[in-house]
Amino acid sequence: MKLKCPECDGDIEVKEVIEGEILSCKDCGAELEVNKDEKGNFQLKVAESEGEDWGE
Amino acid sequence: MPPTLSLLYDRIRTEEKELINAAEKRGVGLKPIDAKELHLTITDPSKERDLFGDVVLERCVGYFRGLHITAILESKGVEVINKYSTASTCGNKLLSSLLLGKAGIPTPKTLVAFTVEETMKALDEMGYPAVIKPVFGSWGRLIALLKDRETAQAILEHREEMGNPLYQIYYIQEMISRPPRDIRTVVVGGEVAACIYRYSSPDDWRTNIARGGKAEVCPMNDALREMILRAADAVGGGVLGVDAMETKDGFVIHEVNSTVEFKGAMSVSEADIPGKIIEYALGLAKN
Repeated sequence: MKLKCPECDGDIEVKEVIEGEILSCKDCGAELEVNKDEKGNFQLKVAESEGEDWGE
Repeated sequence: MPPTLSLLYDRIRTEEKELINAAEKRGVGLKPIDAKELHLTITDPSKERDLFGDVVLERCVGYFRGLHITAILESKGVEVINKYSTASTCGNKLLSSLLLGKAGIPTPKTLVAFTVEETMKALDEMGYPAVIKPVFGSWGRLIALLKDRETAQAILEHREEMGNPLYQIYYIQEMISRPPRDIRTVVVGGEVAACIYRYSSPDDWRTNIARGGKAEVCPMNDALREMILRAADAVGGGVLGVDAMETKDGFVIHEVNSTVEFKGAMSVSEADIPGKIIEYALGLAKN
């Protein structure tokens, strides 16, 4: 399946992804999160960046 | 009706994938719920109750997000792993130290002060080198080794300028003379599910796997197991990462983590950590 990077519009080939998974764009290096649009189709959005309370 | 479980997440890391796989293997329904796409009614406990099933595994990487959702879910009568009281204690190093100390569990000597001037006095009393840690946060973030008075002054001046007032709770700890490693255990219920050494990387003194620390299997002995389980119990139990250090006088417990990351432990241990967590959640659901 081919998805679009929301940052640079590059094509990203993905296999067996699940919602919430993080990918990075090979073209621009952006960290992207897999989610679904209103129709249930997979899409990518820019992932949240690390917060100061992140961790265990 | 078979028990139903939910996985509350804001980012699917290796651990969350493994939990989903472990549930699938057992034919258990584990419903993933993205915390970033939730809004909840907090003034009517009956609302949204059914969305979460019998037990929720709270696995948010954002600590405050996960903690506050836990409070809401508990108000609705949903069982959460871990409990709010446990998560709130483990998310604050000062509160954790208080409970470890109260339970008589060996832990590094820790002093706390609330101004730079008083912290300098506390450091003079404790001696150098010492360690300063933010009371919240993870992955070794902003933990600093204070080798001498000059370093301490510089670090404290920086801390004083930081916006979040929690950075002005100055939590300072004796520097433990230890090998270049600590011990990470994964506690699930009343059992130590895995035990590893975490070796610091060559360019960092901290042992966190997130900082490049390397995992190796650590043999467990009765004294360590007993101390680990007492520490887990002191913060209220559940699924926890209890960290220990080796000193010349025995082990000390320095931290208990409530949303334990076990990728490092899984890479070297044969224990089925995610499987044990799912079994533990099922056990709670049946009670």
